Amino acid sequence: MSSENAYYIPHDAKWPIVGSIGLTLLLGGFANQLNGSTSASNVMIVGFLILVYMMFGWFGEVIDESESGTYKKVEGVSFRMGMVWFIFSEVMFFAAFFGALFYIRIFSLPWLGGEGSGASTNEFLWGGYENVWPSNGPGEVGGEYEKMGAWGLPAINTLLLLTSGVTCTWAHWGLVANKRKQLIWGLVATVVLGFVFVGLQALEYSHGYNELNLTLGSGVYGSTFYMLTGFHGFHVTVGAIMLTVMLFRSIKGHFTPENHFAFEAAAWYWHFVDVVWLGLFIFVYWL
Amino acid sequence: MTTVTDTHEDHHDHGPAKGLMRWVTTTNHKDIGTLYLIFSLIMFMVGGAMAMIIRLELFQPGLQFVDPGFFNQMTTVHALVMIFGAVMPAFVGLANWMLPIMVGGPDMALPRMNNWSFWILPFAFAMLLGTFFMDGGAPAGGWTMYPPLVLQGGNGFPFMIFAIHMMGISSVMGAINVIVTILNMRAPGMTLMKMPLFVWTWFITAYLLIAVMPVLAGAVTMLLTDRFFDTTFFNAAGGGDPVLFQHIFWFFGHPEVYILILPAFGIVSQIIPTFARKPLFGYSSMVYATSSIAFLSFIVWAHHMFTVGMPLQGELFFMYATMLIAVPTGVKVFNWISTMWKGSMTFETPMLFSIGFVIMFTIGGFSGLMLAIAPADFQYHDTYFVVAHFHYVLVTGAIYAIMASVYYWIPKWTGHMYNEKMGQWHFWISTVSVNVLFFPQHFLGLAGMPRRIPDYSVQFAEFNMWSSIGSFVFGLSQVFFCYIVYKTIKGGEKATDQVWEGAEGLEWTLPSPPPYHSFTQAPEIK
Repeated sequence: MSSENAYYIPHDAKWPIVGSIGLTLLLGGFANQLNGSTSASNVMIVGFLILVYMMFGWFGEVIDESESGTYKKVEGVSFRMGMVWFIFSEVMFFAAFFGALFYIRIFSLPWLGGEGSGASTNEFLWGGYENVWPSNGPGEVGGEYEKMGAWGLPAINTLLLLTSGVTCTWAHWGLVANKRKQLIWGLVATVVLGFVFVGLQALEYSHGYNELNLTLGSGVYGSTFYMLTGFHGFHVTVGAIMLTVMLFRSIKGHFTPENHFAFEAAAWYWHFVDVVWLGLFIFVYWL
Repeated sequence: MTTVTDTHEDHHDHGPAKGLMRWVTTTNHKDIGTLYLIFSLIMFMVGGAMAMIIRLELFQPGLQFVDPGFFNQMTTVHALVMIFGAVMPAFVGLANWMLPIMVGGPDMALPRMNNWSFWILPFAFAMLLGTFFMDGGAPAGGWTMYPPLVLQGGNGFPFMIFAIHMMGISSVMGAINVIVTILNMRAPGMTLMKMPLFVWTWFITAYLLIAVMPVLAGAVTMLLTDRFFDTTFFNAAGGGDPVLFQHIFWFFGHPEVYILILPAFGIVSQIIPTFARKPLFGYSSMVYATSSIAFLSFIVWAHHMFTVGMPLQGELFFMYATMLIAVPTGVKVFNWISTMWKGSMTFETPMLFSIGFVIMFTIGGFSGLMLAIAPADFQYHDTYFVVAHFHYVLVTGAIYAIMASVYYWIPKWTGHMYNEKMGQWHFWISTVSVNVLFFPQHFLGLAGMPRRIPDYSVQFAEFNMWSSIGSFVFGLSQVFFCYIVYKTIKGGEKATDQVWEGAEGLEWTLPSPPPYHSFTQAPEIK
């Protein structure tokens, strides 16, 4: 068989152990911080910096290999499958939080309100509680709050993110057609839209905390709201950083119409956070 | 996929690097497989030591050796260590060693990530075991981490959460690697329905892992925020529900038990045909049965929660769905027995462990069927009957299959035959003692002895003493197993390439031990 089919096996992976040390310091420091240690945040910062260093090193090595033509089609298939299944694992991560939201709205709140077999629970433990959504529960945890409306910032954010999905695909078309200008400006637009989204999300949070008294501690509405949108916002940030890297690589002249796995992976990830947002907009903000 | 290219042009010997850094920076599937297996053996001993403390305390009624708090830490961490530290890494180690060889590929598909999958684990377990030295000790609320109890733990709590996150990252990366290897690294001609069953069962297991480990991560994240960030996911006052945690946890937890047993099915399906000298009976039905079990595993989770207070429709649905699992499992047991039917059988140690597996796993399966019946489960729930059930499927199921696989493949790995006489002794001592250990626990459970309690009523004394004696013998026989493994690595009779007369598959076409890079030329697949 031709050597074209040779599978590339790298040697001497020094970055994984760096990553493990960074991850352990970050999480161990965080755990100590939660336990009330005052100096633990330094450990966290060190761990975080080591992780960043690891990513620069590891991805840098892979980018060098990719640009020097080490990877053929068969490695590309491995990478693509790996990314697809990574995104699937992320889908399941969000599924846990969506599942919690649905369970609370469909089961636990109605039961607390006396439905089904919850009649005596309602009467003896939470007398007078009626099931409504949003709710901070029969104990009115976190005090009075206001709901986050769907048609203000969130609607604008939906528009931004959907548009960024279009510009991302437009950039991809540019890359495939070898129109580098279209690629770069498409990516610029996507990255800008992405970071504006994150900025508006931050604005919305500050609105929630300062004016609506809606916090993570506002009963189960606050919990699910901030947990779902927070993890989503984190993923948007990661995706936007990934696309920023793609932008810089495009400016440097990386990627060819045939060979641009990293771009595809970042684009898939971006569409994934887009779809999650639609779920959020419908189930967290709207309905 | 014919040749292997090397990073360094001048590095043509293809041998491993020298010294300790070989193991830290390796990307070789055999090295990483070895690391996983050794790590798993160490964790098996650590978790086993905890089990010994539990059985020591339960030797007699009353409190003798440890205080109840420490006892609870033992039961909790024993489970976490055995599940995430011993059984899962053992299977991943076997996958690393055998999958690339069995599909005729040069290595795992994503070698650097493979290294990271392993090297997260020692850090994760250092974190988990480190909690023993913290204020409040190790987590003691049970490995299922039900709130609100688990939220009352000491300083170890966030460390346990993050350790679980890290184990999850490791498992997901390992599973992605397995799937990509199987889909993309097969030699030409190795079609899906020609793959050995160990490959098939791992393929399906990997999907389960990717689907449920992130769900566990989500569940423990909510525990973390409930304790430290004022959320009320699991607090009824805020509109949440402690039962919600149980649903999310068992949505992970039930597929997880199949993650712990499907690769074992694969192993046994490799070994029995070898020593029966007959091809596996019903290969394709095995594949379909495994897939059905995997599918069903997603829709049965609440059978762990029959007594928690669910609507009747829920109880019925989960009861019937659970009982359905007996069908594909029955197909498997039938196929193993049919494979042996009229075979020219010999009983070397791997075969003994495999037959032990088939018989005792089936006992565990039957007690599982009893537990699946919701009204009956109200009697059994949280008793030693449950403990007996899952130890039959996990110890004489998963662990027995792992033992079988070690005896089966260690001549290939090391190039040395293990000492057959010692292997046989190991099997018989283990099998007698494990039944003395776990069988009486069925009776204890039926009589009402609750699990996870350090003391018990005097009428349970005799069976508990039997169980403890069995456990000490079983524990010692595993130390003996470590010695056998050590001795085989160090030396022993030279193994042939074929090793077992009736063995089929690509791994037996390679020398024993195989070269550092397995198939630099794609093998011919018949």
